[in-house]
Amino acid sequence: MENNKSNDILDDYIDKEYEFGFVTDIEMEVAPKGLNEDTIHFISAKKEEPQWLRDWRMKAYHSFLKQPEPTWQNFELPKVDFQAISYYAAPKSGAKYKSLDEVDPALLETFEKLGIPLSEQKLLSGVAVDAVFDSVSVATTFKETLKEHGVIFCSISEAVKEHPELVQKYLGSVVPYSDNLYAALNAAAFSDGSFVYIPKGVRCPMELSTYFRINTQNTGQFERTLIIADEGSYVSYLEGCTAPKRDENQLHAAVVELIALDHAEIKYSTVQNWYPGDKDGKGGIYNFVTKRGVCKGAHAKISWTQVETGSAITWKYPSVILQGDHSSGEFYSVAVTRNKQVADTGTKMFHIGKNTRSRIISKGISAGEGQNTYRGLVQVGSKAENARNFTQCDSLLIGDRCGAHTFPYIESKNNTAMIEHEATTSKIGEDQLFYLNQRGIETEKAVALIVNGYAREVLNQLPMEFAVEAQKLLSISLEGSVG
Amino acid sequence: MLSIKNLQAGIDGKQILKGINLEVNAGEVHAIMGPNGSGKSSLASVLAGRETYEVTGGEVIFDGKNLLDLSVEDRAREGLFLAFQYPIEIPGVSNINFLRTALNEIRAYRQEPPMDAKEFLRMTKEKQQLVEFDAKLVNRSLNEGFSGGEKKRNEIFQLAMLEPKLAILDETDSGLDIDALRIVSNGVNKLRSDKNAFVVITHYQRLLEYIVPDFVHVLYNGRIVKSGTKELALELEERGYDWIKEPAYSNS
Repeated sequence: MENNKSNDILDDYIDKEYEFGFVTDIEMEVAPKGLNEDTIHFISAKKEEPQWLRDWRMKAYHSFLKQPEPTWQNFELPKVDFQAISYYAAPKSGAKYKSLDEVDPALLETFEKLGIPLSEQKLLSGVAVDAVFDSVSVATTFKETLKEHGVIFCSISEAVKEHPELVQKYLGSVVPYSDNLYAALNAAAFSDGSFVYIPKGVRCPMELSTYFRINTQNTGQFERTLIIADEGSYVSYLEGCTAPKRDENQLHAAVVELIALDHAEIKYSTVQNWYPGDKDGKGGIYNFVTKRGVCKGAHAKISWTQVETGSAITWKYPSVILQGDHSSGEFYSVAVTRNKQVADTGTKMFHIGKNTRSRIISKGISAGEGQNTYRGLVQVGSKAENARNFTQCDSLLIGDRCGAHTFPYIESKNNTAMIEHEATTSKIGEDQLFYLNQRGIETEKAVALIVNGYAREVLNQLPMEFAVEAQKLLSISLEGSVG
Repeated sequence: MLSIKNLQAGIDGKQILKGINLEVNAGEVHAIMGPNGSGKSSLASVLAGRETYEVTGGEVIFDGKNLLDLSVEDRAREGLFLAFQYPIEIPGVSNINFLRTALNEIRAYRQEPPMDAKEFLRMTKEKQQLVEFDAKLVNRSLNEGFSGGEKKRNEIFQLAMLEPKLAILDETDSGLDIDALRIVSNGVNKLRSDKNAFVVITHYQRLLEYIVPDFVHVLYNGRIVKSGTKELALELEERGYDWIKEPAYSNS
């Protein structure tokens, strides 16, 4: 009875419009479709890259050609025609801006519409932003302020030129180009992304943030982010993303690498709101991403927090290699799937050093015909004395046409390890809704309250500036899911 | 304030309320008693608008409006409050955030501006003291991990905060020890005024020693079979319910 009711009311509601579905009309330089050696040369030439990077890309391309398609995922892998995608799209007005005055006003306006003002007088205080539009970074704010603290925050293209020693040392050191099909594709064809270096002992004075925007049709976005936190440093970094509404699927295959040295801490947060497709599952972004961090030094700490509400398919496992003794890794996730969205996400925690700790909190929310999978691996190596892991994965179902699936994998080679796993599945009950309705709260608000309460432990991990946004996003993306 | 005429309702075709008549005026406290399964809680649910019940006949006028035409939330916003027999737990949602949302939804319906944070906190403190509700519970997740007694006391705290015109207390005394019963009753007594009314549903006369009703009604087999003053409750306590089940006393 309860299910029928939820479904009836669900059907009564029309789709909530995707708020960021507009297209920016700007003249673009777009590379011809298709991927071959010429494409790689074209991108390298555009970016005036050094030979070592050109060679690395070429090796990645050949690895890509040999990689099989994964078969283990809990959804039908759509056939992606890699030759139908254009791998480079940049505003014609020039990809390298010396200052904001040179940036095309249409671009500034685009980011403003997305709530990311880039002009000096409107900057979000306390947050430095790198804005990436299709294949290029258009602006990075607060660069000078950060420089005073020795913090490097720029596009990765710029870092290749300005800080080649750091990029060459760490690029591909956590996610090798041969890691998987999409990581190989990214290494071969990545066009831009963000680079962060925090020097020894520095606590980064502001939040760093990258905003990714896909705009051009039939392109893919392949950005690469590299964050290095030197000994005893701290940084909190956040990425956000949106794309226009289009009937065709678009591929987003990013790679993120984090390196935390002795006593360093990296907090990486994602608020992912790529276009999810329409209610029949037409269009939307394929979000196939490889994210991995390494706690290289003792007492290092890496924490991933993600709020995933967009994309037709979200497929990623932000992971931590706990190499240093006493290092710790955390993964906090809220993934929402509605209509025909699919999420297969989770994490991998590799305990290598002694006394390493990991904590995994995953909250899946499925509505409509959405499918939500948690997949997680906790691996304890033979030398990881006293490793500790705590995993909790909860699933919340709204209606009875959606699905929640949990695949926890545990591999321990050390008998001093302590691994705890808790899992729950619940439904938003008619009783809960009736109770809130009876206090004068309408159903949509009631659902938002219940969902935000359910996800609170994860939302609490987000930097304050973004927690409110994320809360709103959760409410909006579930609007109309229940009566 | 509330006028129920020949109200009939059931679940899945099974009739539970078979023609209820009841008039409640501002300033009055009505007690509804009756044996298990007589339809007491069903009456409360139907008035609040729980969708599992189907209304098959009769009408309910609340403050001049046809109550049965209103959604659950609009009934609440019009000033109808149900203190639940089994209050629901909502993990992660703080009691205070929930109450603020509820209060402002009700205010918006009445075209009043949202209450500012300072005034809201002042009111919370005042009401929490009035009904002797533990300040620590105010900031906890809504009913999560509360004891049975704490949940019931939270219902009275919410009642104090939302200031409804009509409060229906559905077996609020069940599961309460004598101290909690006294605190809950004191709370209700402090909230009584000539502007509001209470319908107190209970199985036992004990609660009515603390909350003294103006009228007592006996519900049996979906109908009110006997009405009287507080003395009727004492008589029920003494004689049980069997005597009112005799056909002679039935008004059908």
